[in-house]
Amino acid sequence: MVKKISKLPFQGTPEQEAKLKDVIAAANGDRSRLMAVMQEAQAIYGYLPYEVQKMIAEGLDVPMEKVYGVATFYAQFALSPKGTYNISVCLGTACYVKGSQQVLDKLCELLGIEPGECTNDAKFSLEACRCIGACGLAPVMMINEDVYGRLTPDMIPDILKKYE
Amino acid sequence: MMADVNVKINGISVTVPAGTTILDAARKVGINIPTLCYLRDVNEIGACRICLVEATGARGPVPACVAKVSEGMEVQTNTPKLVAARKVNLELLLSNHKKECLSCVRSGSCELQKLCHDYGIEDENAFAGAKNTYEIDRSASHMYRDNEKCILCRRCAAVCTVNQAVGVIGANARGFDTHIGCAFEKPLGEVGCISCGQCITVCPTGALSERDDTAKVAAALEDPAKHVIVQTAPAVRVGIGEEFGYPMGSVVTGKLVAALRALGFDKVFDTNFSADLTIMEEATEFITRYTKKDHLPMITSCSPGWIKFCETYYPEFIPNLSTCKSPQGMFGATAKTYYAEKMGIDPKDIYVVSVMPCTAKKFEAERLDHTAVPGLPDIDAVLTVRELARMIKKAGILFNELPDDTYDLPFGLGSGAGTIFGATGGVMEAALRTAYETLTKEELPKLEFEDVRGTQGIKEATYTIAGNVIRVAVCSGTVNAKKVLEMVKSGEKQYDFIEVMACPGGCVNGGGQPIQPASVRNFTDVRAVRAAGLYNDDIQLPVRKSHENPDIKRVYEEFFGEPNSHKAHEILHTGYTVRQKY
Repeated sequence: MVKKISKLPFQGTPEQEAKLKDVIAAANGDRSRLMAVMQEAQAIYGYLPYEVQKMIAEGLDVPMEKVYGVATFYAQFALSPKGTYNISVCLGTACYVKGSQQVLDKLCELLGIEPGECTNDAKFSLEACRCIGACGLAPVMMINEDVYGRLTPDMIPDILKKYE
Repeated sequence: MMADVNVKINGISVTVPAGTTILDAARKVGINIPTLCYLRDVNEIGACRICLVEATGARGPVPACVAKVSEGMEVQTNTPKLVAARKVNLELLLSNHKKECLSCVRSGSCELQKLCHDYGIEDENAFAGAKNTYEIDRSASHMYRDNEKCILCRRCAAVCTVNQAVGVIGANARGFDTHIGCAFEKPLGEVGCISCGQCITVCPTGALSERDDTAKVAAALEDPAKHVIVQTAPAVRVGIGEEFGYPMGSVVTGKLVAALRALGFDKVFDTNFSADLTIMEEATEFITRYTKKDHLPMITSCSPGWIKFCETYYPEFIPNLSTCKSPQGMFGATAKTYYAEKMGIDPKDIYVVSVMPCTAKKFEAERLDHTAVPGLPDIDAVLTVRELARMIKKAGILFNELPDDTYDLPFGLGSGAGTIFGATGGVMEAALRTAYETLTKEELPKLEFEDVRGTQGIKEATYTIAGNVIRVAVCSGTVNAKKVLEMVKSGEKQYDFIEVMACPGGCVNGGGQPIQPASVRNFTDVRAVRAAGLYNDDIQLPVRKSHENPDIKRVYEEFFGEPNSHKAHEILHTGYTVRQKY
């Protein structure tokens, strides 16, 4: 699936920028450290927006397209920030056959976002994940650390209300 | 010294140096192995699996383009199993390819089409299924990209990064969603693309192509109110023959002029003339700047791809650029002033077409900030060699059968110095020929400056002219420009004069030249063969120094006064802009 690019305004702080600059400086111009720098950047910002990829590209003297190509190739890199509440819906085999796609569709509908995106108020982000090891409760989703099992689409509105 | 190894290719014994690829070893015994993604020295990734061969000691088929030979290896290149595998690979590529061969600009020069033909693909829809859909990116002023025709060989991305140090295109996303694009999916017109068009010349299919301006030119030719004139760049005469079956390196100036006349241009002129004009201005500018030590090294400004590279990636060197317009620009500027005046034609009614080996010239023509006549472009339309060839074919002109014709006056005479502009080192050599005689007031004993010739990426030389020590560098391919500029910045090297051409080898290998498939590029140095044609043309021309060109003398006597005069500055010089990378 093609990753969605967040339209939320960049809200990086000077502290975050200073940290990223340290990470880039530590790489000492070694371009083979690109992925490692990107991982640390994501740890600092939670995702890799345009502004962050630009800093990495300039810091390591690699084309920005190279950074973006890597960011869109690996599942571990996000182009959208995580919301206050990150919802992961399991699309592993057991959950899927038990109807987790419909659960995910309902979430998309209610939140107005696609998997990989974050709501405009930065409250909820949504992602599809693979097996979280709770197949007995299928279909399953997690909201931050809370696990919800045996879901049906009509249960979703009430669950979301708890976080509003 | 690497040891030699003995191998057998399809039963034929051959001895090659260790480290040779199977592809090259096979070539040595006259066997061609088909390739698709492989581009020598640029894209050696073994991704497309078209070049699979069977080799002893390997568990399965190996890609001949990257697999090295080893002692005693026996290779089979054409077994039924391999042929079947290649065929399936081609069918899989076709399953996600926009198969519009009848209307495709690359029909006839498409490497995928040729392979499908060679391998006897019977059903182009053998694997029907999901297909990707993409919008065609027409945002850049010089080209478009149709990802539905892309086979993801990555030759374009490799040439952009490896040869040009630009790297604005690459593979985004993964799996079935993989596509060539720019960072954050920006359109090509909004990123730091330098418009060199090298990506187009290496694309095996019709995914990348120049913006087609032939309809615009055809309309101007049909307009009775327009006086339509055309100029042909130095490297066009050595490029266009390939479109009509001439051997690479053939100089076909006479046929080119005749074909343009047959197309209906009112006057056919030679950019070699304005290349000479550029030398008059640039050599004079250099002598002045050298004497005053004003922003040295001075760097040439003929190559619009290089100019865009400098403006985007090295804006700190903008003061070092020569202020001379390129020969294309000087021609247009002179046509709409001097020529308009001489002919008694309103410059608004003069339509200037350039035929260029270059796509960046399309971008250059759209720079409207320093035109000779305010509000009027110096150049109205730019055609690449490929577009002109299409116009000639469409008009039913039998290029090869045309009697040779000659350029029109007053811009018909170009010197040998002008003609060699088309090869890397040519501008430097032309400038040195004139600078030498200007500074010493003596005749140059030997016209050839061998040190600045050849296809190496970076060349250096030091000349002592009338007691002045002049340190020069010549580079082509913007990756080499980057290296030279970094060395100048760090103080590692000091130069007085640098020539930069954006395309490797210079305009002979420009982004607007005829397409040569990888099967040719991988085994022939296209740059050297075409350049040899131009150097040979230089020897045969009656005038070989810009300042001895009688047409040039006349244009200064009648109009500009002297090189770098106020009037020359107004009309023939330009300025530059800092551009954003992202």
